[in-house]
Amino acid sequence: MSQTYTKTAISLHWLIALNIAIVFSIGVYMHELPLSPHKLQIYSYHKWAGITVFLLVLFRLMWRYLHSPPPLPETMPIWEKEISEVVHYFLYFLMLAIPLSGWLMSSAAGFPVVLFGIIPLPDLISKDKELAGLFKQLHFFLNMSLFLLVFLHSVAALKHHFIAKDNVLIQMLPFLKREKTL
Amino acid sequence: MKAFLLISLLGVSAQAAIFDQVQLPQSNISFVSKQMNVPFEGKFSKFNAQLQFDPERLETAQAQLDIDLNSIDAGSSEANEEVKSKGWFYVKNFPTAKFVSTSVKKLENNRYEVLGNMTIKGKTNPMTILFDFKPQNQNATFEGNFALKRSQFDIGEGIWSDTSVVADEVQVRFKFLVLSTH
Repeated sequence: MSQTYTKTAISLHWLIALNIAIVFSIGVYMHELPLSPHKLQIYSYHKWAGITVFLLVLFRLMWRYLHSPPPLPETMPIWEKEISEVVHYFLYFLMLAIPLSGWLMSSAAGFPVVLFGIIPLPDLISKDKELAGLFKQLHFFLNMSLFLLVFLHSVAALKHHFIAKDNVLIQMLPFLKREKTL
Repeated sequence: MKAFLLISLLGVSAQAAIFDQVQLPQSNISFVSKQMNVPFEGKFSKFNAQLQFDPERLETAQAQLDIDLNSIDAGSSEANEEVKSKGWFYVKNFPTAKFVSTSVKKLENNRYEVLGNMTIKGKTNPMTILFDFKPQNQNATFEGNFALKRSQFDIGEGIWSDTSVVADEVQVRFKFLVLSTH
């Protein structure tokens, strides 16, 4: 098992984190906008960014399957390790489920996704107002769950660094990493 | 040989019929527009059509179409409200879109071309519409489509006149079932 994350894994982690921060903020901002060309534009950007996260996460899962992440520190109690594993499972699940629920919502609402204005994505289901409303609620609920888990994930990373004083956070930092882990 | 003669006679008599009873319940008018390159469909549920079409005497052909713009379904209730407003169809003052033919020409086989004038929101523009005429006994279907440029009729003014978000061109499709009574 490798003792460090690959550069690709670190890049993917931060690229996806940045993307999620952007797409999440757009989502919070856009949903109450009155109908205008600006709104239509923003919705399309949100969908493009969301599908981009979906594709990046698929690639990241494949990468993770081929390149095992470093083990958690021996000093961690078993229950912490278990919680960490469960939280990571949920994070991956949500990073796929959220864009998927948005895509389903778009299909059901009759506003299909055309990625970057060029690639039309197939409708996952046919137009159905009621389903669109359900997927909207699901999309919201999944996002709130992600928000809470990302908060927990960040607090845990800081706890590792400042309280446990292990290298869990440092391993994932993009620029500092080399010097500190050697 | 006799059978062949009979069939060709029937064929001639069917050809000579005048189609002038539009069956509204079996007719439809729909359209496809694009926002951010995303196609969305809509339709008009209320319209009136008057037609007189004798394929043997095209010079007598006449068509008039009146579309009740209040009956528009643009895909969502938010969109329906918007497109009826002043900047779009302004249905309060201009409740009807009207097309009146001026001439009909045969192109090839079942394909015809009708020239006429389209009036929407107080603006009249010449329009060329292609359609397929398919007679079957006492019935005939008239099916076709045409592209309408919304800017020519001031449909979508102000912020909406930016055609990079909502495309200028709207594809209108129609199908009429028409009976012959002669």
